[in-house]
Amino acid sequence: MTTTVAAPATAGPVAKAKVRRGWTQHGLLFVGPFLLIYLAFLVWPTILGFQMSLSSVNIAGGNNHFIGFDNYAEAFADPRMWRSLWNTLVFTVLSTIPLVLLGLVLALLVHNVRFVQWLWRLSFFGPFLLPSAVIAILWLQMIYPPDYGLLNGTLGTDILWLGDPSTAMWSIVLTTVWWTVGFNFLLYLAALQSIPTHLYEAADIDGASGWDKLRSITLPLLRRTTVLIVVLQLVASLKVFDQIYLMTGGGPQDATRPIIEYAYDVGFTGYRIGYASAVSYILFVLIVIVSLAQLRLFRKREEVAS
Amino acid sequence: MHGPPDITRRHLLGGSLALLGAAATGCAIPMGLGSSQTRVKYWHFLGASDGIIMNKMVGAFAKDNPDIFVEENVLQWGEPFYTKVAMAGAGGRSPDLASFHLARLAGIGAGQILDPIDVKLLEEAGLRGADFSPPIWERAHLDGVLYAIPFDAHPMVEYYNTDICQKAGLLGPDGKLAPTNGVDELIARLTKAKDVMGGKPPLAFDALGLGTVGPWRVWYSLYPQSGGTLVSDDGTTVTIDDAKALEALRLMQRLGKEGLCDWRTDYGASVAKFTNGEAAFLWNGDWETTGLKERGTPFSMTRFPTVFGTGAAQADCHAFVLPHQRARDPEVERATYRFIAYLVKNSADWAVAGHVPAYLPALEEPDYLALQPQSEYRSVITEVALDPQVWFAGSASRMWIEFGEAFSPVIAGTRTPEEGLAAAKASLNRLMSAPNPFPEERS
Repeated sequence: MTTTVAAPATAGPVAKAKVRRGWTQHGLLFVGPFLLIYLAFLVWPTILGFQMSLSSVNIAGGNNHFIGFDNYAEAFADPRMWRSLWNTLVFTVLSTIPLVLLGLVLALLVHNVRFVQWLWRLSFFGPFLLPSAVIAILWLQMIYPPDYGLLNGTLGTDILWLGDPSTAMWSIVLTTVWWTVGFNFLLYLAALQSIPTHLYEAADIDGASGWDKLRSITLPLLRRTTVLIVVLQLVASLKVFDQIYLMTGGGPQDATRPIIEYAYDVGFTGYRIGYASAVSYILFVLIVIVSLAQLRLFRKREEVAS
Repeated sequence: MHGPPDITRRHLLGGSLALLGAAATGCAIPMGLGSSQTRVKYWHFLGASDGIIMNKMVGAFAKDNPDIFVEENVLQWGEPFYTKVAMAGAGGRSPDLASFHLARLAGIGAGQILDPIDVKLLEEAGLRGADFSPPIWERAHLDGVLYAIPFDAHPMVEYYNTDICQKAGLLGPDGKLAPTNGVDELIARLTKAKDVMGGKPPLAFDALGLGTVGPWRVWYSLYPQSGGTLVSDDGTTVTIDDAKALEALRLMQRLGKEGLCDWRTDYGASVAKFTNGEAAFLWNGDWETTGLKERGTPFSMTRFPTVFGTGAAQADCHAFVLPHQRARDPEVERATYRFIAYLVKNSADWAVAGHVPAYLPALEEPDYLALQPQSEYRSVITEVALDPQVWFAGSASRMWIEFGEAFSPVIAGTRTPEEGLAAAKASLNRLMSAPNPFPEERS
């Protein structure tokens, strides 16, 4: 891979300011269409959704009475809401750690293995290209069935992978890791390939071992990528829905139902859109808190590092 | 030098316009001979063998009524179907006609999502209330207004493999399974079948899996036999009789524990096992009849076994409804009623699928009586256990799914009957305390 050194000579400070002002004028024009769509399809629905969460509106748009924070009070007293919120958090922790670590390990392997690299890249990234329904059917119908599934057949075990509350979440995590690790792998691989080789050459001259190079050159230079991957991964994991809905429907005994599915269940099959909106806003607040905490955490580290 | 063929901008534009035009004409909805036909949009959830029979009936109707085109749209059964009907009815631009489960009627917000049935038009098409099974006709009303036209009842039944039962000496001289009465007789019968099957579990039913409702179906076939109920008539208090409920659950657990039923089969596996002769009995709804016949399984059917007194069996009923439309075209409306009347009057054809017709004249027809084994369990029509009339009940409702989830581990033996009942009651209480999303409009 070639890394281009892109640092065009900058003009004097006066010229620079002029150019920037010009860009702002045109920029608004360019950003305008996006802003309109953003307002219509994100900001406005967000406000509307909050308004719905304060009402008893049903799926037909009827029974639309303002009931204040009753939905929130009901949600906070609802054991199934807490259970599904807890499931979402458990899934996030269980999936994020292997997805980040395994992505890094796979990228390091592929980066250092010099033969048939395309094959490794394709194999690790391949599953990510498949839609969630295909993944769910593959694991549900071929890999996890207790009596004729691939997994029990290979291992000689007799485990109800998706049917037992104690293994169901782990099974979902396993499927998810297999499915999505390719994306993190690709980000890491790209980052690895952009590390200038002269750093390693210099380290070789100084007699550094492979482990030293990994610890002192590779990992520190991957820091920015790691931050990005962790942020993306946490948000993606908190939003988990597809594979769980398709593979267990939230069962057995509520062991896997994530909060988004709970909102879906009470809203679309229970017809209570107002209450479903309130549940969604609880998740929304959670995601905001996690994101803010993350920003603070990484900013502090950055300051320490610099 | 020959370059690539010249494509000018004008050529390209002209070409794409021509292509677009061709695509537009090619994709037009077939309307028969111009627009002389009246189009009736029909949504239903009848899949597998039910779907094949319904499709044949729609075809037969089209032959007799060339002026009407019924656009059949088959959607997935279950929760998603009811979400779609609710959304379509809410928008007011819905299909002209949809299939439905009677027990879901109380929960859909009839009057907002569904339009009432015009009894005058129905009579014009030749259908009268007196022609329907009275308890089912009654259930098609809400506050005295008719919202559905009943089509059939589909109770839980017992399928039995005639070869295995023959070997186990369970068939009477007429080649039919001798009726059972009481727990001991049921256990004795299953044990005999187990012996001739080399110790394999003789009974299969949908006991676990994704969104399983099988445990609910079995429990709600057993529990009402001893007179148990779920909620009071006005739908405000839980009336579960713990002793009777536990008796039924203990039996279900015993079946799993003693290897009399395979508690590890989900819906698909239970049907597959019975089809392949790996189970002597299958407890399921009556809709697998055609499939089993096609695959040549030696089987017959009978009523769900009587274990606790009476012969109740869990059931729901297929019906037709008119999802809400802002403006209904009178011509289409008339055609819709004609189509419904055709289906209902030809219920004997529909009964091939295994369902018991709700249209009483069909029950007397020689065609129906000659259907074997479909007419064997027709007497159950008077003893079906329908869901309580509450907003959270009915096929694939939250109540079914939550009861199924609560009882599935009882059959597997990982939960005691007491724990299973407690979980089910907790679900029921939660559902009852949640506000009805479609309260009666008081304005």
